[in-house]
Amino acid sequence: MGRIWNGFYTLPIPNQLGSLWVNFNSPLLWDVFAISTYLSVSLVFWWTGLLPDFAMIRDRATKPFQKKIYSLLSFGWSGKAKDWQRFEEVSLVLAGLATPLVLSVHTIVSFDFATSVVPGWHSTVYPPYFVAGAVFSGFAMVQTLLLIMRKVSNLEGYITRVHIENMNKVILVTGGIVTVAYLSEFFVGWYTGSSYEDFTYLSWGAATGPYWWAFWALITCNAIIPQFLWIKKIRTNYIWTFIIAIFINIGMWFERFDIIVINLSRGHLPSTWSQFSPTFVDIGIFLGTFGFFFVLFLLYARTFPVIAQAEVKSILKSSGDNYKRARDAGEPTPKVTPPVVVEKETEPVVEKDSDAKTSSLLESLGTFDINTQQPDDLKKVKGIGPVMEKTLNQIGIYSFDQVSKMTKNEYDLLDSITDSFPGRAQRDDWAGQANKLKS
Amino acid sequence: MSSKVIHALYDDDDVLLKAVKDVRAAHHHIEEVYTPFPVHGLDRAMGLAPTRMAITSFMFGITGLSFAIWFLNLIMIQEWPQNIGGKPSFSFAENMPAFVPIMFEMTVFFGAHLMVITFYMRSKIWPFRKAENPDPRTTDDKFLMEVAIDGNENDLTSLLEKTGAIEITVNEKH
Repeated sequence: MGRIWNGFYTLPIPNQLGSLWVNFNSPLLWDVFAISTYLSVSLVFWWTGLLPDFAMIRDRATKPFQKKIYSLLSFGWSGKAKDWQRFEEVSLVLAGLATPLVLSVHTIVSFDFATSVVPGWHSTVYPPYFVAGAVFSGFAMVQTLLLIMRKVSNLEGYITRVHIENMNKVILVTGGIVTVAYLSEFFVGWYTGSSYEDFTYLSWGAATGPYWWAFWALITCNAIIPQFLWIKKIRTNYIWTFIIAIFINIGMWFERFDIIVINLSRGHLPSTWSQFSPTFVDIGIFLGTFGFFFVLFLLYARTFPVIAQAEVKSILKSSGDNYKRARDAGEPTPKVTPPVVVEKETEPVVEKDSDAKTSSLLESLGTFDINTQQPDDLKKVKGIGPVMEKTLNQIGIYSFDQVSKMTKNEYDLLDSITDSFPGRAQRDDWAGQANKLKS
Repeated sequence: MSSKVIHALYDDDDVLLKAVKDVRAAHHHIEEVYTPFPVHGLDRAMGLAPTRMAITSFMFGITGLSFAIWFLNLIMIQEWPQNIGGKPSFSFAENMPAFVPIMFEMTVFFGAHLMVITFYMRSKIWPFRKAENPDPRTTDDKFLMEVAIDGNENDLTSLLEKTGAIEITVNEKH
C-alpha cells in the first residue's frame, strides 16, 4: 500500500498483469471489502444527517458565496414532511446497518493477524478483543476532541457532565474487556509452555526483555489508568477525563506497536530476530497522519456544524426548564398565545429632580436627534440589556458615539440618575466597547 | 383548482401538529408542511402513507447477497479455480465459509447505498438542486403549512388564525 498508484491490485479488477488476481479466501481481501464498506456507508450516513443542517446554514447565510456553497452541499433540502419521514427511516436503517459493520470491520482487521502463524498474532481471542479495543480507543479519542471543542465552541449547554460520565462508563466497560483479554493472552502464553509464546507482546519475556518499556506503557495506559474511572469524582471531572483519555490514546497506540514490533522481533526463526528502528519515512508518515487528521478536523469545525442541530432542535423545547415545569404542573404545554417576555430587571424610574444631571450628562456626551439620526442597537454593548437601553434612551443616549465618550465622571452621573447597578458601566467598560462597535 | 396557496407560519411544533389536525378535520387540503426538524406524528396527522425505505433496503440487501454469491462462484469456483495454501477449490458449498465476510459486506454495501440513492431520488435531493422551502426561516426554527385555496380564502384565514399561526400570507403557487 506504500505504492498507492498500484492500489487497484487489492480490488477484483481484470488486468494485464498475468496471474494477478485477488484471493477471496484471504483476510487481507476481506479487509479491503470491510473497510471500503465501512468507510463509504459511514460517509453517506454522515452526509445525509448533515443535509438539514447545511440547509439551515444555506438559509441563514448572508453572503452570496457562502449561500452558493451551502446550497450545493445541502442538495436542495427543503424540510418537507415526506422527506423528513423518509429521512428518519433511512437514518434508522443506516444506524442498524452500521452497527454490525463496526463489529465486522474490527473482527476482520483482527483476522489479518489471527489467521497468520506468527506467535502472538495467532490468537482466537483477537476478534472480540479488537472490537472492544476499537470502542475503547474510539471513545477516548472522542473525549479528547469533544472536551476541547466543547470549550472552544461554547457548547457547554449541549455537551454536559452526563454525556461525559456516560462515555466514561463505556470506556470503563470496554477497557475492562481489553484488560481481561490481555490477562488471558498472558495466561495462555505462559500455560502453553512454548518458548515462542514466552516472547509474545503479552508475556513475561516481553515484560522483562528489550521492549519492557513498550510492554509497561501498554499495561499502564490501557489497563491501570482507566481504572481511576471507577471513582465518580474523577469520571465526572472534565480535566481528569481529558487526562485519562490522552493516556488511553497513547496506550492504544502502544497496543498496535507492541502487537507488530514485539511479536515480529522474536519469530520462529532466530535468524530473523531483530530490533525495530524507524526510518525517517516511518516518522514522516506518522507525523503526516497527525497533520492530515488535524487539517480535516479543523476545516470541519470551521465550516460544518459540529453538533447535529436538527436533532438537537427536536428535543430543545421539551428539555427546557420552562417546558418541564409546565408539564409537571399539568398546564397545557403547547401554548397557543406567544409567551410573555419576562424581564428580570425591574424598570428603573428616572426621577424628575435628575433633570439637571441629565442635561449635564448630555452636554458632555453630545445630544442625539432621534428624528434625523439612526439610533444604534445599544444592547450590543455587554452589560446593557433591553431595560437599560430604554433607560438610556429616556435620558437621551441613543448612539455608540455617545456611549464611547463616557468617562468615570459620566458613569457616576449615570449611576446617580438611574440608581441601578452602580459601577457596572465602568466595570464592563461600556465606552471601550462602544468605541469598537462604532467603527 | 385555483393556483393560490396560503402559507401559515408557526413557531411551535405542538401547535403546528394540532393545527394540521384541525385543518384536516375542516376538510382543507394541506399541500405541504416545511419543518426545521422531524416532528414526530406529523406524517400520520397529515395522512401520509408510511415510507417504504426500509423495505427497499431489505430488497437491495438481498440483491447484494445474490450478487456476491453469483460472482464469488463465478470467479473463484468456475472461471479460475486455484489451490490456495493447500486448500483446493472444491465446490461453492464447501468453499463458502471463506466467502462469508465478503457476502456480508456486499449485502450491507448494497442495502445501505442503494437505499440512500433511492431516498435522494424519491425526495428529489441531489447536488445543484434548488431548495423549495418558501420561507428561509423554516430550516431554522419556524414551521410552515401550505394549504391550497379553493375560493375559500376568508374561511381558511380565520381558521388558521384560530390555530395559533403567527403569520399568514397568500401566495401564488410556484
